Amino acid sequence: MKKIEEAIIPSKPLTRESFTMWILLLVLSLLTIYALATIDYTSVDMGKAMADTLNNFKTIFFHPAAHRLSLWDAFYEVLITMGLAFLTTLFGGIIAMLLGLLAAQNLAPKQVTNIIKGFVAFIRAVPSILWVLIFAVAAGLGSVAAVIGLTFHSVSYLTKAYSESFEELDRSVIEALMASGANWWQIIFQAVIPSSVSSLLSWTFMRFEINFANAVAMGAAAGAAGIGFDLFMDSGFYFDLREIGLVTYFIIAFALVLETISTNLKSKILLKKA
Amino acid sequence: MQSDIFAKRKKDSLIFFSLLIVVTVGSVVITQYDVSKGFTSLLKAFIWGGSNFYPDGKSLTILPDVLRKLWDTILMSIAATTVATVFATLLALVGSRTTRMNRVFSLVARGIASLFRNIPLVAWAMVLMLAFSQSSITGYLALFLGSFGFLSRAFIETIDEVSNDSVEALSATGASYSHIIFQSVLPSSLPQMISWILFMIDTNIRDATLVGLLTGTGIGFSFDLYYKSFNFHAASLVVILIVITVILIEMVSNTIRRVIM
Repeated sequence: MKKIEEAIIPSKPLTRESFTMWILLLVLSLLTIYALATIDYTSVDMGKAMADTLNNFKTIFFHPAAHRLSLWDAFYEVLITMGLAFLTTLFGGIIAMLLGLLAAQNLAPKQVTNIIKGFVAFIRAVPSILWVLIFAVAAGLGSVAAVIGLTFHSVSYLTKAYSESFEELDRSVIEALMASGANWWQIIFQAVIPSSVSSLLSWTFMRFEINFANAVAMGAAAGAAGIGFDLFMDSGFYFDLREIGLVTYFIIAFALVLETISTNLKSKILLKKA
Repeated sequence: MQSDIFAKRKKDSLIFFSLLIVVTVGSVVITQYDVSKGFTSLLKAFIWGGSNFYPDGKSLTILPDVLRKLWDTILMSIAATTVATVFATLLALVGSRTTRMNRVFSLVARGIASLFRNIPLVAWAMVLMLAFSQSSITGYLALFLGSFGFLSRAFIETIDEVSNDSVEALSATGASYSHIIFQSVLPSSLPQMISWILFMIDTNIRDATLVGLLTGTGIGFSFDLYYKSFNFHAASLVVILIVITVILIEMVSNTIRRVIM
């Protein structure tokens, strides 16, 4: 029976694509085995730590309670985090709008788009927490450093997204407008932006969702205000697991709302493309 | 009629921009964001950065130590990603609309994916820190849990997108469940999944810095150490090494993506 099957189904030829994929998976698996084998297990008692962590999570998720923060305080702290995320997205969006126009291949010369793309790739390569900490030296820890530091990554993400949205506009439309004597700014404001406005808004909202998560992280790691800072204080100073639970639930609730909206927006963009 | 369209457009953008201004002012008030300080500190930061934030000769002596930490961090990020990939693939197969066994399991799987994705990395790191204390396992587990959440959702979407028609066709021919999964669903979603894996490794290396800062492990800890002792030359060297690593990994990822997709 086996023989017949082999005769009927010829073994698939190994293409360049699948060869690359398998080599990559092999290399990643080997590196993982090496990493897990050489990790330092001696400093912790694994069994006990695992059991403790499970217990901690049980307390966090099944017995959340408010001690230091009242429910309204916690809500207000999440609002502060939302505010940080909003300002970051707004500043990022404004700067990225300009850079996006310069990075779109149908609107700007090739050298300019290359410079902008290189600049954006560099911004992205520096972790956002480091941008925040670097700015904190000049501005002091707090909301200013957090917003400016996080704006950098928003600029890099949105520039890429915006420029790709702009590039969807057909070249012939731009040429027709140019032939009719429209200048660059008229082309931008009358054709390019109106035709891509819905995808621009969707991308911006998706970045807002990411920025919310980032703002939580900056609260914890860079002393910016908001719910992230409470998370840090509760776990690092008060060791108050039940309040960590409360804070986590607040964050999850807000994040779920944002996720739902952005999933809907994403499927709309995909529909438009298809 | 023509003028109506313009009037409507004008009204829409008026509403949009006034709403934007209201929310902006609200955010500035609630976060106590000092607008003028924002602009002046930007300038100050660039001047300060230019005069202090560059590696000097003395800071090069820490290079071997930082490189070892960096290598550890890269290994951790890769290990967290691959192990998370295994679990996320299983969860995605259960959760995806095309490959699910039944509606209830699918809903549960999607719920788990969503829950894990929305718990912030910081929360994982801080809670693990309580039991695992300051060890590389803390960092590894935090990255693993974060990656698991992200990849589960990404894989569910990928499988949903890629394999709708082929699954129907195959089940019509009487192919078994395992045949459908291994002969059709996984091979056709593999390129997209690998693209997500590569993205995750790159993200994890950057996130490892954040987790390292919080839990005192890896390259993030090196940065924190030099930063907090005002040794900015050394701290800038750490930043430059991270940038080089991330850009190199991105270049490799892009090359691989071009070949497989």
